[in-house]
Amino acid sequence: MLSPAILFTAVLNGLMTGAIYALVALGLTLIYGVLHIINFAHGALLTVALFAALIAYQTFGIDPYLAAFLLAPLFFGLGYLLQRLVIGPAARGEDRNILLVTLGLAVLIENALLYVFRADTRTINLPYAFEVFEIGPAVVALPRLAALGAVAVTTLILWAIMRYTSTGRAIRAVAKEKLGAQLAGIDVAHIYAVTFGLGTACLAVAACLLLPTYYVNPGAGNAFVLVAFTIVVLGGMGSLVGALLGGLLIGVVESLCGFFLGESLGQIGIFTIFILVLLLRPHGLFGEAT
Amino acid sequence: MSLNRLNRRTFLQSTALGAAVIAAPSVLRAQGAPVKVGILHPVSGALSYSGQQGRLGAQMAVDAINAAGGIKALGGAKIEAILGDAQSTPEGGNAEVEKMNSAGVSAIVGGYASSICLSASQTAARYDLPYVVDVGVVDSIVTRGLKNTFRFGPGFGVIAKTALDNLVAINEAAGKPAKTVMIVHEDSAFGAGLAKLLNAQLPERGFQILETIAHPTPTRDFNNVALKIKAQNPDIVIPANYYNEYVLLARTMQQQRIRPKGIYSVLGGAASSYKFVKEFPDAAEYIMDCNHWFDPKNPKAQELKKQVEAKGQFYTYEVYMNYSCVLLLADAIERAASTDRAKIIGALESSTFSGHVMPYGPTKFVNGQNQGAAPVNTQVLKKDIEVILPAAFASAKAVFPMPRA
Repeated sequence: MLSPAILFTAVLNGLMTGAIYALVALGLTLIYGVLHIINFAHGALLTVALFAALIAYQTFGIDPYLAAFLLAPLFFGLGYLLQRLVIGPAARGEDRNILLVTLGLAVLIENALLYVFRADTRTINLPYAFEVFEIGPAVVALPRLAALGAVAVTTLILWAIMRYTSTGRAIRAVAKEKLGAQLAGIDVAHIYAVTFGLGTACLAVAACLLLPTYYVNPGAGNAFVLVAFTIVVLGGMGSLVGALLGGLLIGVVESLCGFFLGESLGQIGIFTIFILVLLLRPHGLFGEAT
Repeated sequence: MSLNRLNRRTFLQSTALGAAVIAAPSVLRAQGAPVKVGILHPVSGALSYSGQQGRLGAQMAVDAINAAGGIKALGGAKIEAILGDAQSTPEGGNAEVEKMNSAGVSAIVGGYASSICLSASQTAARYDLPYVVDVGVVDSIVTRGLKNTFRFGPGFGVIAKTALDNLVAINEAAGKPAKTVMIVHEDSAFGAGLAKLLNAQLPERGFQILETIAHPTPTRDFNNVALKIKAQNPDIVIPANYYNEYVLLARTMQQQRIRPKGIYSVLGGAASSYKFVKEFPDAAEYIMDCNHWFDPKNPKAQELKKQVEAKGQFYTYEVYMNYSCVLLLADAIERAASTDRAKIIGALESSTFSGHVMPYGPTKFVNGQNQGAAPVNTQVLKKDIEVILPAAFASAKAVFPMPRA
């Protein structure tokens, strides 16, 4: 009854869902790694990005995959300004304040979306959303395969930025030793905003990859953010590699749990892992013990 | 989080309406004051598509009645529709009933979802306000002993029994090729209730249930469900979910090349929807459903279909059920020759109305339930929806098992 082919397909499906999780988690862990705050507005910003992609498609007829190239810089700017003009000044240097400011932002954004778009759940129908590829015995939908590829590319770009650009070096410096970086002449406020911008840009890409197969409503982003938190903890707070591998792992766990326990219980596995990691390896799989 | 608000626009609308009524009563009375009828649907929120379709049907009936000279027993009084939006929640429905009562309606038609019908009719009962349920299938709607509540369409019990009888009949006619069943249902009252009923009754009728899979609404990924179906390879798949999930499940099954002997649904969210058939003809082909349906041999029903399609809309069951319910109510008001609520309730109780477009025969209410109301079986054949059972209304023969692609 349970053939390896079907198990293989379930794992493959999980990997592809996991890729999106990883991208959302990547933004979250980047912001945590540098700013040392948990960005509670992450889910709300993902929802904004989903709506932006929806409008791009419905009003301007821009395909979601093309919209990613447009929305990523746009959301980088949005994230930059948010940190520079709202979160930074409101925080007054206190990490606790940042936490509350992002939480407040999340409430504000969600309700603004609710006011403008109502609670309706919206979807788009793309002609190619149900195109399939055959990978061995598995039949795989095109948008999910595209998502997997796009996440790989995005991660690579992000890694290259961090590794080879002077901004990337500055981000790493600020993450390691804020005071030292400041003494070396790095504009910390600017780097904070750039990091927040990069994290938000990841969301824009994730939203564009999600839209062809997912729905949008003012609470849509929250489903991902709870999972993303789990991934960040699992991978090690602030670790990019951890977020990527953690995301893929969580995707597979969810898919297999959904398969064996039923669709409504698919997320049980995720949170079981979350609790186990907290108990047994609190610094995460790739995090450094402090 | 839902915002329950009286915004500036609705406030202005209602005050303007009130002012108009106060300002011009003498003029209106001279022609027979209009009969106000509340038209209640969930036109926003999760059920908005169905709600809008229901409103369309009701409004078309109101227009038709007014164009034909209004209520003759009241000097040709026009029907004035007081539209309400239940916002896809029972509370929203209640609030609208209160507003409609204040506006002085003689009766209310609508509700759509079972939960909305249950609470809205209860609220209406407090004001002895006649309430005609358009769709709401939960049996308790008519078993609470509310004098004001009438359901024109069939309830859950009748639908499930018909669906099972017909499934057995179709299977036997084909030489009993199907023995195993898998049920995929959404996990709220409608889907879970149906799954429970099927789990109790299918084994008695000789079917083995391999697995029952629940999923939340909304769900945007049916790959795991499809894989499970593939693994178990049942003869028949029975989906019980709302439109979006139904479509997605059918399309995912098609994509994963899963071809059971039959897809058979009971009140399937999309199976007998022209929208589904037009947008995804390949996924819809051969799907069978037991659902509300118009009488295909009634010329009035076909004429209405043309009118609806001329408006660029799909002829879904919400449209013709609401159309019929408004006609039923207008007939009662005509016979009551009054806008008095008690008299209208009396007229509904004794209704024998047969001018509707449903395959129910003359109306006969017992404890508020129309006795002739029954669902029919449909099948998507050659990109159209055909009635396959009962034989009296059938426009095609069932194709079962599904031909192999």
